[in-house]
Amino acid sequence: MINALALQFFQITLIVAIAPLVVGITRKVRARLLRRRGPPLQQVYYDLWKLMHKEAVLAHNASWVYRSAPYLVFAATWVAAGLVPTYATGLLFSWSADLIAIVALLGTARFALALAGMDVGTAFGGIGSSREMMIASLAEPAMLLIAFTVALIAGTTQLSAIATVFITAETGLRVSLGLALLGLIVVGIAENARIPIDNPATHLELTMVHEAMVLEYSGRHLAMIEAAAAVKLVLYFSLIACLFFPFGIATGDKTVATLAIGVGSYLFKMAVFAVLLPIAETSVAKMRVFRYPAFLGGAFAAAALAVFLRFVSRGF
Amino acid sequence: MPDVTIGLWCAAGFLVIGASGAAAGRFSFATTLVYGLSLAVSLVTVGLALTVLLQPAQASTVTLPLGLPGTGAHFRLDALSAFFLLVVGLGGTTTSLYALGYGQSERTPLRVLPYYGAFLGGMTLVVLAADAYSFLLAWEFMSLVSWALVVAHHREPANIRAGYIYLVMASFGTLCLLLAFGLLAHASGDYTFAAMRATKLGPAVAAAVAALTLIGAGSKAGIVPLHTWLPLAHPAAPSHVSALLSGVMTKVGVYGFVRIVFDVAGDQSPWSGLVALTIGGVTAVLGVLYALMQHDLKRLLAYHTVENIGIIFIGLGLALAFRANGQDSVAALALTAALFHVFNHAVFKSLLFFGAGAVLAATGQRDMERLGGLIHVMPQTAIVFLIGCAAISALPPLNGFVSEWLTFQAILLSPQLPQWGLKFAVPAAGALLALAAALAAACFVKVYGVVFLSRPRSPEAAVAKEVDRFSLSAMFVLAALCVLAGILPGFVIDGLSPVTSALTGATLPHQASMPWLSIVPIAESRSSYNGLIIFLFLTSAGLFAAAVIHKFATRATRRSAIWDCGFPLDSPVTQYTSSSFAMPIRRVFGAAVFNVIERVDMPLPGDLRAGHFQVRVRDPAWRFIYGPLARSVAKSARWLDRMQFLTVRSYLTLVFLALIVLLLVVAAWR
Repeated sequence: MINALALQFFQITLIVAIAPLVVGITRKVRARLLRRRGPPLQQVYYDLWKLMHKEAVLAHNASWVYRSAPYLVFAATWVAAGLVPTYATGLLFSWSADLIAIVALLGTARFALALAGMDVGTAFGGIGSSREMMIASLAEPAMLLIAFTVALIAGTTQLSAIATVFITAETGLRVSLGLALLGLIVVGIAENARIPIDNPATHLELTMVHEAMVLEYSGRHLAMIEAAAAVKLVLYFSLIACLFFPFGIATGDKTVATLAIGVGSYLFKMAVFAVLLPIAETSVAKMRVFRYPAFLGGAFAAAALAVFLRFVSRGF
Repeated sequence: MPDVTIGLWCAAGFLVIGASGAAAGRFSFATTLVYGLSLAVSLVTVGLALTVLLQPAQASTVTLPLGLPGTGAHFRLDALSAFFLLVVGLGGTTTSLYALGYGQSERTPLRVLPYYGAFLGGMTLVVLAADAYSFLLAWEFMSLVSWALVVAHHREPANIRAGYIYLVMASFGTLCLLLAFGLLAHASGDYTFAAMRATKLGPAVAAAVAALTLIGAGSKAGIVPLHTWLPLAHPAAPSHVSALLSGVMTKVGVYGFVRIVFDVAGDQSPWSGLVALTIGGVTAVLGVLYALMQHDLKRLLAYHTVENIGIIFIGLGLALAFRANGQDSVAALALTAALFHVFNHAVFKSLLFFGAGAVLAATGQRDMERLGGLIHVMPQTAIVFLIGCAAISALPPLNGFVSEWLTFQAILLSPQLPQWGLKFAVPAAGALLALAAALAAACFVKVYGVVFLSRPRSPEAAVAKEVDRFSLSAMFVLAALCVLAGILPGFVIDGLSPVTSALTGATLPHQASMPWLSIVPIAESRSSYNGLIIFLFLTSAGLFAAAVIHKFATRATRRSAIWDCGFPLDSPVTQYTSSSFAMPIRRVFGAAVFNVIERVDMPLPGDLRAGHFQVRVRDPAWRFIYGPLARSVAKSARWLDRMQFLTVRSYLTLVFLALIVLLLVVAAWR
């Protein structure tokens, strides 16, 4: 029991601990690709530390929704991330929420943040919230259909159980899994506000979505939101790793050796994704807002096709 | 001893309350009297329903010497009736409590009080009736009294129109139910549900009964395309009655469908499940998309009822399909999901309508474009309304998520269905459900963000006052139910097991005995969800983060003006409004679904006239179904009008011809 609790505790701390580093790697690689030197890898930790120690400036009419939303956003993202298998499956609380519930928990975080964007009553906050919910209304159905696809292949919606099934060779390469991976990458890009949907480093407010929504935030509240965004990126990386690249994950007995392999392979996967993402980002341009439906609709169509294939035949 | 007679006494009590409302309505104490007594009687019905659900026993029946000569009126209280009696009683309890405060400001109490008690009594009688005659009588009584409540504020022309459309749709729905019962009674030779249940129908008759019931009961529940009366009629009534209409009466429509198709008509082919499922999916998405386009708060909520009815019908269609294929345990899961959503929707939709009523009472506004910032002046309403918004958006750890999660679990078990049509329809319904859930969240961010957050858009919104204690306590009760049913869903599922075992012959595993109070619909290896743990994790993670930062970093806070990127605009007009919030979604879906017309009139630089922006959104049901229908009725009426001015000779010829045709028909029939 103590061991199981410790393993679960290790998972939730590991995610929060490495999240700023993963973001740091993406920024560094992106800067190098743009022929800049870029900030050091640990810069994100410094930024968060600095923000936490600054006083928070609130507008006169900011309500308690505005003040509590950052903590709720962070908590919901963190809990969701803590339930995605990272280095080992079947942790103590892994059964308390399945893949559908994890998607819905991210929905809770988004709901809180979009409300906070509307709270002070600025045009930028409104534009951010409105666009964020539009993107979510296209991305979330696609994400749920991806969840359907993997759940139909594995016969369960529990992520731990899915990873245990997928790590065996008999799952093999499947058309539906390929479509689901494609959809998940697109959804992950949209949900994490990356290019071509959104630009986290833009300086033109009208082109922002996520950043426009949190424009009024400062100090410790902003630190919470930044941390939540970093954890969310790691969550999507972990989800892709656990569903499509589960090798190395500790499934059976949790000995020191299997756990070490699990942690090592997990960190390796995160680093690889953190390098791949900015390469993809720098090779495309940001889209116009009203071209998102086509992009995300593609993800939805791919995921829907995958589900239909699974319904039609077990072979796909 | 739980007994159907107690239920009938409750119904009689409601009717007496209605009569006393009519008698005493002119006195100032009448409001308190009517709502206080309704509260007491509703509490008795809740107690009765809970006793039946928690201690399942043999269904109790009673026959009263009323109704048609020689047949008597049959009433029965079984698990299904008890569940819907619980919904009616719960709605009645909270609405009466709310109205103890809200109803005091009613300007014409005589137009509301008599019908209020009668409405509750009518709904109680519908769920207790056990023969076709009493059922239809109670059903029509319920429709008529609710019509009287819809036109309570009859000075507004829009309300009269809403009442007229409602009356036409309700009559049409009852006609379909009448035909369905005609088919059932023809097969069994008797009007009682017991005799109909004992008769086995042929597949064609069963399908016809299911189709007629879907139209008849579905029009009351609000399935697309029979929903058009609902967004007109529900907002027209006083707000507490809107809550009853939307939260409870639509559920009585669902009850009619479940009772007739699942119980009375017996075995159905899987195709009726397919039809219900498809209509449910379309209803869910169209309902929420239309809700997003609204800026009248109460009408938005009414359209959202359409969405939730769609979700319920997806569950019911799945249950029918699984039951027809003999997969009883999965059918039980789908039915549990649908009924759980019935309960959830009754709770959070009542809560939201109460909130809308509170906003209306405090500001005199239903138009969201003229509201804003109410969280500062109505802090307690703001808390409960936020819980309602989060619950209806299916966010964990609240209750709306649990029923949608159960529906998704049932969908994921459907590759086992052998029919090809279902293999395609079920994942499509799943995709539609996912889309509806995501759009609902967008819709309620808009509602809460525009009404309660942001800066006031009119002087009335800026100076609003918190509502009275009765209204607040009713809303707090419902908000507490949203949270409780969300974090302890296992108890609700266990409470539904007598219903599913009666209708599908199977139940879900006993949930209260699961470790850590998880809910496990089939097996733990397959799927489980624990609302309690998620709730505890969320609160502890949030509090932990806040505590760490406040203790080890800083808790310094400074208030200042809005930053807005250095260019703060003082006028509240510069904020996002309800229409502008919905604009991206209107662009994405509007052209295809609604034929949205946006007209922008922007003066050139130097021109001093005001700019205009106009959006026109039309319900496709009006455009493609009711518009042409109304035009063809008018056209044929004009044509028939000519018959009025014929000579006597022509009339005699017509009579003669009609006689010959009838004789020929009779001859051919023989």
